[in-house]
Amino acid sequence: MAISDDILELSPVQLDALREIGNVGAGNSATALSQIINHRIDMNVPQVSIVPITDVPDLVGGPDVMVAGVFLRVYGAAPSNILFLLPQDSAFYLVDMILGKPHGETKTLDFMDESALMEIGNILAGAYLNALFNLTKLSLLPSIPALAMDMAGAILSVVLIQLGQMGDHALVIETEFQADEDGIKGHFFLVPDPGSLDTILTAVGVG
Amino acid sequence: MAELIKVGMADYKVGRAPAILISYGLGSCIGVSMYDPTAKVGGLLHIMLPDSKQSRTSENPAKFADTGMPLMLKDVLALGASKSRLVAKMAGGAQMFAFAKATDIMRVGQRNAETVKSILKTMGIRLLAEDTGENYGRTVQINLENGVYTVKTMVKGEKDI
Repeated sequence: MAISDDILELSPVQLDALREIGNVGAGNSATALSQIINHRIDMNVPQVSIVPITDVPDLVGGPDVMVAGVFLRVYGAAPSNILFLLPQDSAFYLVDMILGKPHGETKTLDFMDESALMEIGNILAGAYLNALFNLTKLSLLPSIPALAMDMAGAILSVVLIQLGQMGDHALVIETEFQADEDGIKGHFFLVPDPGSLDTILTAVGVG
Repeated sequence: MAELIKVGMADYKVGRAPAILISYGLGSCIGVSMYDPTAKVGGLLHIMLPDSKQSRTSENPAKFADTGMPLMLKDVLALGASKSRLVAKMAGGAQMFAFAKATDIMRVGQRNAETVKSILKTMGIRLLAEDTGENYGRTVQINLENGVYTVKTMVKGEKDI
């Protein structure tokens, strides 16, 4: 996701460049996740779409759906936010996998489970930002992760409010992961700060 | 069965009894209601930000407290409410993620709550009850039959304020 109603004026070439960034970044993240849980991860082609901010919660099933969200602040040349969202069931099952518990054992998150999910967010973000660095040569460092398990609308509001200061639309660079036979699904959002989108586009030569 | 009217993010709805106005999944946002218990009409506004003047562009006044609240007030009065009887309730304004160095945007929930209160004061509308702050999401609804404002959460259950 990115900023402002300037995004309504992005050219097809710029949108393609953003799609490519999403593709390489998410590809790298999916590989990292696949290695941790030792399962194949399928990833859809990243969607780059411009939607009214108020419609974004519908992308993950509606504002009152229970999700786990791992949030990281990105520092460096193009400050941004990263949000990794998993439906509650997927988060529980992912914890089972990582911590070697039988499928279905995790029903609430204890301290250890939360720590495991935050570490996953950390690794995915690191992989994504590494790929972004290879494309753009922009140095980007993630903060320590923060976790919340709550309604999707409430968790998304953290990034949507920031976008809301700039305009009424969001540029969504969104990828859906799926560990196929296990039904683990997740959404990965990259949300550049005001100004960072220009920096990224310039760095890949389409500014 | 009362009619359930959904209020989206950065939106507001007004109505009359027996309707129920509901808004789902508020985080740092605020759901502020205005209600006339005699006329049994009211409204619910779901704001995202305190101040339209600090924002670059927006075609949607319901996104901000300073522009959304006067709009809802006008519509509630047009439905037959009397301004002197209007009472307000509000909930939301959470900080969903705790960081040691919270930036301004992280604290927007608190600023939202403060701004809504100060606008109500300026308007001369009494704030009857609030449930704001903390670090969890809320679904809020107001029953226009009796003015009961219900806050539902995943972590702290449900309560009427």
